[in-house]
Amino acid sequence: MSENVTASGVCRRRSTLRHVETDAELLGRLQSGDEQAFAMFVKRYQMPMLRLACSMVSDQAVAEEAVQDTWIGVVRGIDRFEGRSSLKTWLFSILVNRVRSARALEHQRRLPRKPSVDPDRFDASGHWAEPVESWDDALAERMDASALMPVLWGALNGLPPRQREIVLLRDVEGLSSDEACDVLGIRAGNQRILLHRGRAGLREILASEMKKA
Amino acid sequence: MLSLRRRDLLCQQAIELLTEYLEGNLSRGQKRRLERHLLACPNCSNYLEQIRITVRLTGAMEAEELAPGAVDDLTELYRRWRDED
Repeated sequence: MSENVTASGVCRRRSTLRHVETDAELLGRLQSGDEQAFAMFVKRYQMPMLRLACSMVSDQAVAEEAVQDTWIGVVRGIDRFEGRSSLKTWLFSILVNRVRSARALEHQRRLPRKPSVDPDRFDASGHWAEPVESWDDALAERMDASALMPVLWGALNGLPPRQREIVLLRDVEGLSSDEACDVLGIRAGNQRILLHRGRAGLREILASEMKKA
Repeated sequence: MLSLRRRDLLCQQAIELLTEYLEGNLSRGQKRRLERHLLACPNCSNYLEQIRITVRLTGAMEAEELAPGAVDDLTELYRRWRDED
């Protein structure tokens, strides 16, 4: 398990576990038509891709078809992959294109800035109407993390699709801002707006859960 | 109670800057104003801490298990795709 700690102190765990072979090594084998290398890629990326596809379309069958089309795209395009992006970013980019072809969504319009927290939580002067309680770190540690996972999955699935896509790519899959923008073909400003709202949405659900603890 | 100076941020403004802050995307002036607000405001600093915990927990979400047979089915398809080319 590897961890990234950003300059601002956000600690993020990469969701892929440590690999016996790197993607680059497997890629070389796949380029020579090695089916075991293909099977390894499937084990590594099938579920993250399916999860991303399901975040973009509500129909599971459409999501599965897009993932399968992505694998065909990989097999057919493997000789053209130049390694300018990571393999994961390349796979996700193909997938997003496949899903978009299936649902034809407009993704380039500029997003309006809307508040990420209900304005009723603030008083007339713009400050918090009620205190924001600390989630004591000890509380987070004491709670069984696996018990929180269904809550988080529910919260993630409840986000609007575009926020869900960004949170999945950034915070679950650990892509950088640039990589996530490349995958989804969106502007950096819009990416940050969606990420901001998505994280605020998840925090809201977790806050209710923390109150129950 | 916060003592407000002329260019101090309101809580409602401060929380909308937090993702830009975590992304390292604020100008030096904005960052200074936000950090000054966070130092003076336990509510907003608690909120920021909650966002950090949310990000950390989200990063711990595990991928679901592959369906049984999925690797074999796709490898079978792979052989067909490979041999078509």
